[in-house]
Amino acid sequence: MTSDALTPSPKAGAEASTPAPEPGWTAAIRRRVEKTLPITELLPTRQPAYIGSWVYAFGVITIAALFWLVLSGVLLAFFGSAWWHISPVGKFFNSTHFWSVQMFFIFMVLHLWGQYWGAGWRDGRATTWMVGVVIFLVSVVTAFTGYLIQQNFASQWIAVNAKDGINSTGAGGLFNVLNFGQQYGLHVMLLPIGVTLLVVLHVIQVRSRGVVRPIGDPVTADDAGVGA
Amino acid sequence: MSRGTRRHMDKATYYRGVRMMPYDLIKELAIAMVGVLVVVLVLSVTLSSPDVPSVTIQSWAKADPVDFVTTATSELAGTSGVATYGPPYNNQNGAVQTLWFLDPQEWAGVHVATNAANDFVLSPLKQSTLGDSELAGALTTYDGAGSDQQTTWLTNYSDALAKATVNSDGAVVVPSGEYGPVPVMMARMLALGRSGGLDALLLSSDHFYQTDFSKALLFLGDGGYLGNLASAQNLTGDQWGMMNETGRYPGQAWLWLYTMWYQIPPFNSDTGFLGVSSANTDLAVVGMMLVLSVLLLLVPFIPGLRDIPRWIPIHRLIWRRHYATMPKAPGGDTVRT
Repeated sequence: MTSDALTPSPKAGAEASTPAPEPGWTAAIRRRVEKTLPITELLPTRQPAYIGSWVYAFGVITIAALFWLVLSGVLLAFFGSAWWHISPVGKFFNSTHFWSVQMFFIFMVLHLWGQYWGAGWRDGRATTWMVGVVIFLVSVVTAFTGYLIQQNFASQWIAVNAKDGINSTGAGGLFNVLNFGQQYGLHVMLLPIGVTLLVVLHVIQVRSRGVVRPIGDPVTADDAGVGA
Repeated sequence: MSRGTRRHMDKATYYRGVRMMPYDLIKELAIAMVGVLVVVLVLSVTLSSPDVPSVTIQSWAKADPVDFVTTATSELAGTSGVATYGPPYNNQNGAVQTLWFLDPQEWAGVHVATNAANDFVLSPLKQSTLGDSELAGALTTYDGAGSDQQTTWLTNYSDALAKATVNSDGAVVVPSGEYGPVPVMMARMLALGRSGGLDALLLSSDHFYQTDFSKALLFLGDGGYLGNLASAQNLTGDQWGMMNETGRYPGQAWLWLYTMWYQIPPFNSDTGFLGVSSANTDLAVVGMMLVLSVLLLLVPFIPGLRDIPRWIPIHRLIWRRHYATMPKAPGGDTVRT
């Protein structure tokens, strides 16, 4: 080993202080994740004092309701679509599923109204609002398919009554509310996965951008502030 | 400060001057989870959940045999709701809705092909002829007759059903008349329904497994029995039915806006307005909700809609404590930049 090798040139020193980015797709994605959502932002221990309002609880309560909704749904799916009609235990878990849905929608709508009146889309948060609206709309469809697969009088009537609305749009052949198998697959598999992934994306958006400042706060200069 | 600058501002700059406080996200989530679980468990134990048993073809045929036979006759005559429906079931146009130049139902075409006479009546009867020479003979006579003759028999029988009575063994009796083989066919149809056999036959297919209830539900829906039960439970469209639930339980309350349009003009009006009337209510309401959903999605970009939160200061309640700590302008208002 020569002395030259032990004494880095000035150029080499500069490279050592600011190393070139590691090449490759994986490294690029890792850098993007580390920059967009560092763990301190994903799991923060300090937040602006103005979030001390009940309005900020509605979102997290919605997520809590979604957790119990999915868990009770997994149990109902595991034991089969007819289980809750013939088993008291199944009936109990169907009841938890039913009331979790009600809780989920109540707090999701409260969260939506809270974000509307606080103009939560300000300062570059328009896509966060839009993903939230999509979650609401997909959740409505998910709940609708759930009502179609209850295998009782309500599901029969909802299917017969709703078919005209779906058929009028030309979608009746694609989305056949009378086809139990299709609606069951959508309800227990595709749509819940869609809602869950969208909620994960929504939370990441909120955590990576932080909670929007109140309308009229100095930083939001055009506190018209209600713009995107 | 420009909007674009704020959009790309790092958090440290964005929150500069904002009072921060300790915050435990996981603890808040855990408390929410326990709270929701407790409420859900209490409601589940005390109120259970709605579950009115399903109607079967058998229960319908036993409870309202005249309605059952009337429906089966209309399916055979091609005058029922499904027989005259149009896409996606057949090429008729009885239930096809259009709005202005929009005709999506016809554009989509037939994808759940349904032949009401054959699927609901003739096919089940033909599968039941074994050991029943009278039924086999009636079907042969019916198939051998011309369409005009069939129509005469079916029209006469349909008219007679308005004066039908039900005897002690549940059979439907009509005044005598020129009905050809129809009374025999309908008597067997009713027997098939009362035995439960028709429930199975309407689900039969070329495959062993079956999860598609389209035919059974379409036949059931064509009768008046299911609708009468729904009306008694306040579930029909003009009763805000889509957001109601059987019994005294909350239903899909989130469909209140969708349901509301069905209750008001021009959506429920025969005369209509701007091409919207009760003749195309479903298409108009779905279209309206589609437009409103897009507006909700794009609120951040729509002047006026995005300004309402500033004009109506409900945010002053949301951030009441925060505004109370903001410095006041000489005039007494909170300083705004």
